[in-house]
Amino acid sequence: MKKLILPALLSALLVACGGKAGPQTGAGVDDRSAGVATVTAPGVSGTGIAALTDPNNILSRRSVYFDFDQFVIKQEFIPLVEAHATFLSQNPDMRMMVQGNTDERGSREYNLALGQKRAEALKQALVRLGARANQIESVSLGEEKPRCTERTESCFAENRRSDMLYAGEF
Amino acid sequence: MKKLLFPLRMLLATAALALSAVAHAQLSIEITGAGATRYPVAIPMLENEGSLPRSISDVVRSNLERSGLFALVDTGLLTFPESQLPDMLLLSARGAHAVLTGTVEPLADGRVDVRVRLFDVQKNTELGAMALRTAPTQNRVTGHRISDFVYEKLTGLPGYFSTRIAYVVKSGPRFELQIADADGMNPQTALVSREPIISPAWAPDGQRLAYVSFESKKPVIYVHDLPTGQRSVVANFRGSNSAPAWSPDGQRLAVTLTIDGPSQVYVINADGSGLRRLTTSSSIDTEPAWSPDGQWIYFSSDRGGGAQIYRVARDGGTPERVTFDGNYNVTPRISPDGRNMIYVTRTSRGFQVSIMDLQTRQSMVLTDSVRDESPSFAPNGRMILFASENAGRGVLSAVSSDGRIRQRLSIEAADVREPAWGPLPR
Repeated sequence: MKKLILPALLSALLVACGGKAGPQTGAGVDDRSAGVATVTAPGVSGTGIAALTDPNNILSRRSVYFDFDQFVIKQEFIPLVEAHATFLSQNPDMRMMVQGNTDERGSREYNLALGQKRAEALKQALVRLGARANQIESVSLGEEKPRCTERTESCFAENRRSDMLYAGEF
Repeated sequence: MKKLLFPLRMLLATAALALSAVAHAQLSIEITGAGATRYPVAIPMLENEGSLPRSISDVVRSNLERSGLFALVDTGLLTFPESQLPDMLLLSARGAHAVLTGTVEPLADGRVDVRVRLFDVQKNTELGAMALRTAPTQNRVTGHRISDFVYEKLTGLPGYFSTRIAYVVKSGPRFELQIADADGMNPQTALVSREPIISPAWAPDGQRLAYVSFESKKPVIYVHDLPTGQRSVVANFRGSNSAPAWSPDGQRLAVTLTIDGPSQVYVINADGSGLRRLTTSSSIDTEPAWSPDGQWIYFSSDRGGGAQIYRVARDGGTPERVTFDGNYNVTPRISPDGRNMIYVTRTSRGFQVSIMDLQTRQSMVLTDSVRDESPSFAPNGRMILFASENAGRGVLSAVSSDGRIRQRLSIEAADVREPAWGPLPR
C-alpha cells in the first residue's frame, strides 16, 4: 500500500495524558442570590482528511457495529479493521481516537462504560492487526451522541457502534 | 414541644390530584400525586406584605402545597400580625390545625424586618418564631427560609425549600447546565456547550459542581465553582473520565477512569492530585456513590454477568454484592441517614427508580414510567428527584421516599435531564 502523505495538521499529537489543567475563568457573580456565572465551553473543530474520506477507499469507512449487549468485533468488519491497522502501522505518526457508542436504553453512566468496552474492543483488534497501542485512544460517548434518534430496533443497532477518527477529525 | 407527626404518618393512598402550580416559571411543577391525608395549615398574608414587590406568603404557600404534606386553609385577605395572638376560634372553624402569623416592617436602611410565629390552633400553643432581615428583592429566599421553618416545626424533618437543583437542558444542538431553586424558579445557566454535559454532582459546600463534559470530544471531569464560574479539570486521563461523586467531606471525588483498560473506580483529590485505584476487576465498575459516613463506596458492575450494585470499603478490599433481584440494577445513591439506597432497576415495563432498605435488603419500586433514571435524594431524604419522560421529552420528576407524593417539573419545548438535588445551604 502506498504511503499517504499526511497533512501537516496531523503532526499535532493527540493530547492524551492526564492530570490537571489550569482553571478557566468565567465572569464572576459572588452572591448566592445573585447566583451563577455563565461559562461558554470552547468548541473543538475537526478537519477532514481527503485521502481518508475517498469513498472508493476502504479507509473512508470508519464504523464497526455491535450486536445488543455484545462487544466482539464481528467477522464482517475484520477487513475494515485490518485496513486501518495496516494504515496505522505504516504511518506511525498517525493518531486515532476510537469512540464507542451505545443505544439509549439504560443509565447514561452505565452506557458510557458499555461504550468504552466497545471502543476498547476495537482498539485491541487494531493492535492485534498491527497498530501500536500508543497510536490509539479509546473513549466512550455512551448514549450521548446518537447517530439515529428514533426508537426503533434499526436505530438502536445503528447506535451500537465504534467509530475510528484520525487526528484532525475530532 | 411534641411534633405534629401523627397526621403525616397516616397518609394512606395516593390521591390523583392535578394541581397546576407556579405556571409562570420556566420550570413548571405539576403535582401528580399527593398524600390522601394532608395536614391543614393556614398561611395568611403577612401584615404589610402589600408593600413588598413580591409576596413572601405566596412563596410559603406554594412550597408547602408542593410538598404534598399540607392542605392550605384559605384565609382570604385576613392578616394576623406577629405581635398578637391569632383568633384561634376563627382559624379552628376554618379547619386549620396550624397558622403562621407575621409582620413585615421596613427598616431605615432599605431592608425589611420579617417576623413570623407558628401556632398550633387546636392546642392554642406557639410552636416557634423566626425573624429575618433582608433586602426586599430577596423575598423568595426569605419565603423559602420561612417554609423550611414551618416544615421542620410540623414534620420534625429539615425543610428543603432553600436548596437548589442542577440539571441539563438540551435544546437542539445546545446543552446548558442550569441551577434553579428547588421549586424550579430562578433558573440560571452555569455552562453552555455544543457537546453533551452529564452527571452533575454537588459538592457538600453547595458552591461547586463536578460534572462530565464532552466539549473536547471525550468525557472529561470538571469542577465548577458556581459563584465565580471558575472551572478546573479534575480528570482528563487517556480514555474516558466520568461519574464524579464527592466524598462527604468534600475533599475527594470517586470517579470512573479507563487508564488501566476497563472502566474502574478511582479516588482522586478535588484538585486532581493523589489518584488511587479503588476497584480492581476486569469488568465494568462505575457510578460510584459514597455512604454518608464515608466508609463505603457503592457502585454498579457487570462482574457477575448482568449489571448489579456492589459496595467496597473506602480503602478497597473485596466488594460485597448488594442487589440480587432482576438483571439490571444501576446508579446507586445512599440516603442522607445512610439507611436506604435508591437505584435504577429494569423491570418488565422499563426502567424505574427503586428504594432498598439497607438493613433488611427489601426493595420497593417507587416510580411508574418507562425511562426513569438519575435519581438523587433531597437533603432531608424525604423526596427523590429523577429524570423521566413525558410525551417524548425529558422531564424532571420527584417522588417521596414512600412513593406517595409525586410531582413533575417541566420546561416548555426543551429536553431536561440529569438532575441533582443540592445540599442544605450553609
